[in-house]
Amino acid sequence: MFAYYPIYKGYFRTALMVQFQYRIAMLIWLLGGIIEPLMYLVVWRTVSEQQGGSVGGYETNDFVVYFIAMMMVSHATFTWIMWEYVYRIRMGLFSVMLLKPIHPIHSDIADNIGYKFLTLTVMAPITLLLAWFFEATWQPLPWTLAAFVPVLILAFLMRFYWEWSLAMVAFWTTRIDAMNQAYIVVSLFFSGKLAPLSLFPEIVQRAADILPFRWMLAFPVELLLGRITPRELLIGIGAQLFWLVAGYLFMQFIYRAGIKRYAAFGA
Amino acid sequence: MEHDSVIHIDKLSKVYTVNEREAGLVAAMRSLVKRKTRAVQAVDSISFSVNEGEIVGFLGPNGAGKTTTLKMLSGLLHPTGGSATVLGFRPWERNRDYLRRMTLVMGQRNQLLWDIPVIDTFELNRAVYRIPEPQFRLAVDELTDLLDLEPLLQKPTRNLSLGERMKCEIAAALLHRPSVLFLDEPTIGLDVTMQRRIRQFITEYNMRTGATVLLTSHYMADVEALCKRVIVIHHGKSLYDGELSGLADRFAPFKTVEVELHNGARGQPLTQYGELMAHSEGRVTLRIPKAETASVTGRILAELDVSDLTVQDPPIEDVIEHVFSQSPDPLDQQDPQRPSGE
Repeated sequence: MFAYYPIYKGYFRTALMVQFQYRIAMLIWLLGGIIEPLMYLVVWRTVSEQQGGSVGGYETNDFVVYFIAMMMVSHATFTWIMWEYVYRIRMGLFSVMLLKPIHPIHSDIADNIGYKFLTLTVMAPITLLLAWFFEATWQPLPWTLAAFVPVLILAFLMRFYWEWSLAMVAFWTTRIDAMNQAYIVVSLFFSGKLAPLSLFPEIVQRAADILPFRWMLAFPVELLLGRITPRELLIGIGAQLFWLVAGYLFMQFIYRAGIKRYAAFGA
Repeated sequence: MEHDSVIHIDKLSKVYTVNEREAGLVAAMRSLVKRKTRAVQAVDSISFSVNEGEIVGFLGPNGAGKTTTLKMLSGLLHPTGGSATVLGFRPWERNRDYLRRMTLVMGQRNQLLWDIPVIDTFELNRAVYRIPEPQFRLAVDELTDLLDLEPLLQKPTRNLSLGERMKCEIAAALLHRPSVLFLDEPTIGLDVTMQRRIRQFITEYNMRTGATVLLTSHYMADVEALCKRVIVIHHGKSLYDGELSGLADRFAPFKTVEVELHNGARGQPLTQYGELMAHSEGRVTLRIPKAETASVTGRILAELDVSDLTVQDPPIEDVIEHVFSQSPDPLDQQDPQRPSGE
């Protein structure tokens, strides 16, 4: 693991240098990541106020905190790799990555984390600003805060492995936009991004337990809100570990099959 | 011989499966139900070995299978048949120790990061290839010196001209001091001066490090300057493997005879001696069947007022053109889906 340290250092350095070149593009991307949860926040806050201050066990302030936390967790775990791989393969850029004596996933992980570090400088004040504007009150429990760190790291890794693996579909077809769109819609429902999962019918909640999306987003958010019991925390971490290992194995399998099929077009 | 070889390939083959469809809406709808595919044999059972320190030219027209072979040898493609070892590794297993000891330079492909200064891409390669700092400094100094990179290192890649970028590409690909170089059209699109510079550099690198080089180029000047040995492939098959000088003997059934005449060439029935290639005041170039060279030159000397006469092998371009013009393959003209390299 330590052997990778200088390589990751090199990738971070490069990722930051490249990001600095595209400050405006970076801010526009950020704007998208802020507007979406903000929209849900405003809608649910309004619904809650009209319902007398509470919907499905969530009070108005809970909705505000939920969506601000969702914005942060979503930002911390999101990837853009499913859109990028098609371009890489079509343009032959993937060949350059394959020639390097390191698995291409490492540069993508480092690139992603580099971007997150840089954008944190914008996201943190925006979070505080939103919390002030919507008069959010939040009293975290120390143990949930402590558990949040590993839970967020697991959420990031499992989401990364799964989305990186799905990006590999580009080896079979370069028309993966439809698949990406389907993934986003399914994830929107089952991850708790659209609304807290407890507001959905029972059947959706059970499906969300089985699918990986909840463990990527809603679980860390609910933990921050103090809506998870210690027992549920252990079950959640177990689910995250399961999906992480499954994602890793799937990634290994699809990557090997993909590069065997790779035709190095245009490279 | 075989156990000394750095590159050894045996009956290596690659077949691409390409989708095929006739023009028109009906054909498009039919392809929804039943997709037609066709196998294209890009490399057809070729075998050769390259010894340590050799620079070998890999020649062939577009679509001959050169780039496909280089991609298989550098681990980018899995072959569909045969075997290959480079430095004792099977390339497509992509062993990291192998990838650290080889490089593939593709003329129009860039590994330099577009937005950051060249030296920063070099630094990234240092980390990725785990090059110790002193060795890295030495390599950068040496490459800067050989390729005259000093004014370019601090510039972002996007501000470089094509020639400057190519020099930096080559340097980036050699920082880890690979012992096997696959160079695919390394001088493509460069002006004559820059081409010469790159050629000198490859020779120098080969002499300094003893690296083995397999090179493709459409510029015969590259091949003549660098390669004693050439391998010619056409339609995926190996046609010739031997010394460059032997290529003319083998494939050119003619010689070029240049004659200078005292009284000019006017009025002389020159076509009786051979095919007239060029004709200017007092100087004539003829193409003569190889078997008749001695008798025809004897007749020219006896019958014409000759001031000078030279017999030469035809230019290597002509020989290659002659080889490739044999047995045209209709596939080449009809195959727009064939991967762009080969």
